Formats: sequence, structure tokens, C-alpha cells
Amino acid sequence: MPEEPKFPEDLKYRETHEWARREGGIVTVGISNYAQEELQDVVYVELPEAGAAVALEQEFGVIESVKAAFNLWPPVSGEVIEVNAELEDAPELINEHPYSLGWLIKIRMNNPDELDTLLSPDEYRTLVEGERD
Amino acid sequence: MQESLKRTPLYDIHKKLGAKLIEFGGWEMPVQYSGIIDEHLAVRSNLGIFDLSHMGEIEIRGAGALPLIQKLITNDAEHKLVDGRILYSPMCNETGGIVDDVVVYRFQADRYMLVVNATNIGMDFDWICGHNDTGAEIANRSDETVLIALQGRNAPTVLQNLTNTEISALKYFWFTEGKVAGVPTVISRTGYTGEAGFELYANADCGTDLWNAIYEAAATISGKPVGLGARDTLRLEMKYCLYGNDINETTTPLEAGLNWTIAFDKKDFIGRDALIKQRTQGIKRRLAGFQMLNRSVARPHYAVYNKNQHVGAVTSGLPSPSLKCNIGLAYLPVEHSKINTKIEIDIRGKRHPAKVVRTPFYQPD
Repeated sequence: MPEEPKFPEDLKYRETHEWARREGGIVTVGISNYAQEELQDVVYVELPEAGAAVALEQEFGVIESVKAAFNLWPPVSGEVIEVNAELEDAPELINEHPYSLGWLIKIRMNNPDELDTLLSPDEYRTLVEGERD
Repeated sequence: MQESLKRTPLYDIHKKLGAKLIEFGGWEMPVQYSGIIDEHLAVRSNLGIFDLSHMGEIEIRGAGALPLIQKLITNDAEHKLVDGRILYSPMCNETGGIVDDVVVYRFQADRYMLVVNATNIGMDFDWICGHNDTGAEIANRSDETVLIALQGRNAPTVLQNLTNTEISALKYFWFTEGKVAGVPTVISRTGYTGEAGFELYANADCGTDLWNAIYEAAATISGKPVGLGARDTLRLEMKYCLYGNDINETTTPLEAGLNWTIAFDKKDFIGRDALIKQRTQGIKRRLAGFQMLNRSVARPHYAVYNKNQHVGAVTSGLPSPSLKCNIGLAYLPVEHSKINTKIEIDIRGKRHPAKVVRTPFYQPD
């Protein structure tokens, strides 16, 4: 598999390092390459079940690495329609393929306007480069 | 990173090796190079090398040196040390709380080196000087000393290739002086991982030469540089206490399970009366190892429950790369600390099952 870009152009980002990929009314969610690099060695992911509601101001799960726990915030609100079951046995997919095989959940959006409040790839890159310094 | 953070003489090397650096106790230190799990497993199966130059070295000399050390530490430097021997010991306050845990090297009857935790160097130096009523000469050698560790089953072979000193003759917790890659070093058979290994002390000016020689030798057998992340997982698997997490001024060596480091028959040392009293009355809590019974990770300060009763707090907790489960330490009331006792850890507001297990968690070959 070719190496994934660091800031894929087709995504929107939340400041808390989650990405959103829109396909119609469905948004796939994962964490950014920067976030997985900071965390390293993911050992466990706690995610909601399909059917659960997610709200912007509420964490929807946690990623545990050897080093730390990382709280997950949804880029949009809505209903969880699918959870990445592969992560149960292979949480390292988040490190290896943060933008593809390491996706976390799919959300049926309540309000597509929420996507407009997210960061563009350039804005997110600027944010991350600020944090690195 | 703040400008005020201290750096070891090997800082530029870590940068070049692509280490991820973090703040640790006022130092800018490598937390990892290739990844914590990868580095951890390298030490368990092969060889890892560590820059531990942030640790402190305090030299104590003169006729007053031994009496001073005997007063400071709970262990017995007079009867357990000879030239070339090393002793681990807590250093306690009057209430039996642990000021620091130190390693004492005896070079001669009147010349010793105390190796202390990086975060405590200044405080320890003041503490030691403050109790020096025997006229010992005390010098803080921390800034002029590099400390490089080789840990893992291949450490003896790799080190032997770099020195004329017969290192197989060196037993656990003994040291000698010799040249490694041409650099004058103190070669110490010690470590914080549970594996065979050595810790090498040298003058800071020679640090880069010493590291490079060891790094190149290690690389030929795929040995790896190891950061503080894996140092933590390695030591926790062995239940080696980390100062600031598992032991501090409010915990005693008896509570921490360090009974073997207290020489009660020594006629005087700081904290003796308090420790004798605690031993007589019996400890109320004990540092116990636990294993999570699901995949959640307990972290320091998380609350521990037993049947809805709040019984303690986690002091260390991590995924164990060797055992592939999540482990931790917590002070628990003695009655809740028996092996196999079911406890619960409060993780983000939810109780997760765990049980008290035997330690060390991991048994090296």
C-alpha cells in the first residue's frame, strides 16, 4: 500500500485532530497522521456501538496507546451507523493507515452545515505546525 | 520546547536519530526512537542502549563519607559494601517517607558515588549537605558525567568487543573501572530492565565518542536505541519503583515492599524510629501489582475500588508489551492486596475489572 499523504486534500479536520470524509449524508471519521504520530503504539480503541448518537460537545471514544489516552471528539453530530470492527484485533491499523484502514466510525450527519465549521487541510496543517514548535 | 530545559551531551545525536523528545523532570529527553513497543521488545530479546545522562551523580569522600552515608540511607553501606560493590537503598526523612531512592557505589573505603534520580538532584544535594556533620567532601558530578546503559541478553558480548576488561567476571551489582572504546569509564553491572546489562559512566566530554562506538557495535546485531517510554514499560514489568510515581515522601519502604533495603540492625539512620514503629504496628497499605481484566489501561492517579469502597489510587499503569496485557501498581489496604483479589479501576467514570497479581509481572529468562 502506498504511503498515505500527511494532510489529505479531500478531508476536513477538527482542531482535536479527527478527520472527516463526506460521502453523501455519511461522514467517515478517523484521527490524523499527526495525532497517530504523537500517540504511537495504539493498543486499544474504545468506540460506541452502531446506533449510538454522537454530539459535538461529547467525546465519542478513546484511543489508548502505550504512552497515553487520547479522547475522541466527533467532527459532526449524528448517528453512528458503522464501527470499524477490524480495530478490535488490529488497533495498530490506526498507526499504519490513519486515513484508510484505520478509520474509526461512520456517522449519518444531522446537519451538513457542521462540516463548514471544520478546518481545511491547509488550516489544519498550520495548526499542527504551530503545535510542533 | 522551553529554552530552560536541560539537555544531555548526547542531545544532538538523539535529534539525528529521529528521537521524539519530551520534557521529563526539567530535561529534554528522548521518549522513543523506533517506537516504545519495538524498543521494549529489542531489550527483552536482544539489546537496547539508553542515554541516562540526566541521572545525578553525587560524590562523597573523606573519613566522614561512610558515617554520612550510613545516616542517610536505610540500607547498610558499612557491612554490605566493599570496593567495587553497589548497593540500592531508599533515603528516608524522619517520618520514614522516601526522599529518593539511590544507588551507592563504593570506590574506596573513603570514596563513594551516589546515583540519584534526575528530578531530585538539587534537592538530594541540599539534603545530603544539610546532614553532613562528619565533614565529608560532597561534590555534584552530574553535569560532567554521561551515563549510557546497554541492556539485553546480547549486552555482554557487545560490550566485551569494546573493552579489554574481562566483563564476564563482573557480577550483578558490582562495578569496575576500565576503558570502553578507548574512553575511561565506570563499568557497572546494573540496570532498570530486568535483563542482563551494564551502565557506563564517563566524562561528559567523551560522551559522544562512547555513544557512537556502542551504537555502531549494537547496530551490527540490530540492537536499538531506547527512550524513556520503553524504560518505563521495562521497569514496570519488573515492579521496579519509579520515584515520583510509586514512591515519594509520603510512602515508606515498608509500604513499597522494599523491606530488604532496610537495615534495622544499623544503630542509627534517618527515619529509623518511624520505620521501626511502622514495622511493629504493621503496615496498613502495600504497593500491589494488578492486571486489568479487560483491555482498558489504568493510568497514574486513577481511583481503585473494591466492592464500591474507594481503596486506593494507581501509581503506575501501562500496557505491558511483553505480557500483552495492561498492568499497574497501586497502594491498597493490606486486606485488599492479596493475590487474586478482584478490584476495579475507575477509568473515565466507568469501573473496569482488575485483579491483584504476583510481582514481578514479568520473569526474564
